Amino acid sequence: MSASNWTADFLGQLLNSTITVEQISLPATTLWQIESHHWQQFAELAIQQNMRWVAGWAEHAEERFFINACFEKQGVYLLLRTIVHAAKPELPSQATVYPAANRSERHTQDMFGINFVGHPDNRRWTRHKAWAKHSYPLRKDFPVQSEPEAITPPDIDYPFVKAYGAGVYEIPVGPVHAGIIEPGHFRFQAVGELILNLEERLGYVHKGIEKIAEGRTPESLARLAGRVSGDTTVGHCWAACRAMEQAAGIEIPACAALIRGILAERERVANHLGDMGAICNDVAFVFAQMQFTRLRELWLRTNAKVFGHRLLMDRIIPGGVVCDITEVSSTLIKQDIVQLRKELSEIMPAIDLNSSLEDRLFTAGYLAPEIAAAFGTLGYVGRASGQDFDVRRDAPYAPYNQAIFKVALEDQGDIASRFWVRYKEINAALKLIEQFIEQLESGDILTEWQTPPAGNESLGIVEGWRGEITAYVRFEADNKIARFYPRDPSILNWPVLEKLVLNNIVPDFPVCNKSLNGSYSGNDL
Amino acid sequence: MLRLFKKIMTTGVITEKYKAPKNDELEKLGILIKRHIDKKFSGSIAIRQVDAGSCNGCELEIHALNNPYYDIERFGIHFVASPRHADVLLVTGPVSRHMQTALLRTYEATPNPKWVVAVGDCAACGGEFGVSYASCGAVSNVIPVDVVIPGCPPTPLALMKGLLGLINK
Repeated sequence: MSASNWTADFLGQLLNSTITVEQISLPATTLWQIESHHWQQFAELAIQQNMRWVAGWAEHAEERFFINACFEKQGVYLLLRTIVHAAKPELPSQATVYPAANRSERHTQDMFGINFVGHPDNRRWTRHKAWAKHSYPLRKDFPVQSEPEAITPPDIDYPFVKAYGAGVYEIPVGPVHAGIIEPGHFRFQAVGELILNLEERLGYVHKGIEKIAEGRTPESLARLAGRVSGDTTVGHCWAACRAMEQAAGIEIPACAALIRGILAERERVANHLGDMGAICNDVAFVFAQMQFTRLRELWLRTNAKVFGHRLLMDRIIPGGVVCDITEVSSTLIKQDIVQLRKELSEIMPAIDLNSSLEDRLFTAGYLAPEIAAAFGTLGYVGRASGQDFDVRRDAPYAPYNQAIFKVALEDQGDIASRFWVRYKEINAALKLIEQFIEQLESGDILTEWQTPPAGNESLGIVEGWRGEITAYVRFEADNKIARFYPRDPSILNWPVLEKLVLNNIVPDFPVCNKSLNGSYSGNDL
Repeated sequence: MLRLFKKIMTTGVITEKYKAPKNDELEKLGILIKRHIDKKFSGSIAIRQVDAGSCNGCELEIHALNNPYYDIERFGIHFVASPRHADVLLVTGPVSRHMQTALLRTYEATPNPKWVVAVGDCAACGGEFGVSYASCGAVSNVIPVDVVIPGCPPTPLALMKGLLGLINK
């Protein structure tokens, strides 16, 4: 079946099941609107078609809630919407069909007070104690400032899953961890050193990003999107800008697209270098940590020289980019790539031949391809467990639609595999940067912004370094943002950490966690 | 194994010479007076880093302090795993309300005398996030702050200057 006609076939199938679909055309997205009581039934039919659950979010408008879910198959995205009345905000859950939708629906439940009937786990998720049980921050009548208590009490009565039995004990970890990392809580049940169960409790860095996005200008939203997750500043900023540009009907100059591509690939390389070092460090192989942090530092210094910011924050703005690449800069970038390849060609064999490293990384933290598929796992985590998906190749956007590159894929599913997939992705990224530099010509890097009509909406999708990022944007009058929902790949990758640590030992948790490297900030919003 | 040693040997020592910050730079950080009155930690400080709600950008640059170019341990500055071992809390982020109690408890767990260094624009003033139903804003809204190192995120060099300012006599 070709990519273009599965939607037509599926539409026929829905009509046979008496699901009425109203088709609405959006810029760059297909929107299907259905009745709320068909919500779960739609998911059942979608999973039979091997459609992937991508994202879910809601929006409050006067007496109604819009509830959205996004699906993907063969690179074609489908936005599904239903409307429920505020007097009785409930609809059947899709999480019963798609485990990937589980936490997303709990987030919507906490933020909007929408009840997903039949949800397998309706405990609170994003809400700790900063706001009361029956108030909902993303409803329009909830003020941004609200009236929080002077000191927000700790979230001590969250009903964790318990385990009982001789020799079973519990280890609570966090929110403040021992290393220089983000806060979150992990609850282990273990027997001896063996992990029986792990439960994640996130939400500690919830900063109200969705709420404070409302009413911003496009430039201001781009800045905020660049801080959804600091290590993915290019990815999130690009996704948000793509959504805004599509909603406003703006085409960015070809030159700007190429520079965005270079920025995104540079971000991918920097993060992969950091992660590869950190994975080795978590099994006490310091040689690799020192070498990779050294290479990362050199890479970031070039970022600062060429683009004016080490982490590339705020380089992408609505309509284009802020910095051009000069002759001198492109020579520097090219030299950098040659140098990095040479260094890696010396370091990687030394790592590959190291049996102590092999002992620790092979077979550890195994994620089965079936589980990866069930949870819609993205990026290098998915691609190390046989999930052959990459937005850059499967739903290409400028500048990737003009590029030739290979998407790394393995099905070994262990930490070693996630390590080597990162290495392959670095190589692919270096080739991409070279291609983009070759294609660069002098020209505009910014298109003038045009205020979109109120109500215009769009979905911006890009492949960040962690995997697919989706950003939903709707405008209200006067160029202001009515709704922004960024979906970081971490939201779909975090749940599989609970699966891949099972039957590993507690001391291997840090390396398992690092091999996945979910963003806490991108998850908690 | 030989490849490994060869790479170590050919890489050599790459740690960079560090220019001590000038007085006016320190003044900008509000440290100059502090360093004259407080010599309690002279020579060495143990740091507990607390992410109280940051986007993780600041953490990336704090990490860089330990790479071989900056190698901040050579100045007696090291990161410890518990606030009970720490002289200094290095706090990032606007303080999310969900982290408020955790930060207060970490502060209480740190033995006196102690300093709090707020790192990054969000920690300094709330940054892009400000004060809201979910965020307490600046670190100083929650615990007393001694030194502020601004930047989004501050570069490793800015962090070095700020931290070394603390222990200079």
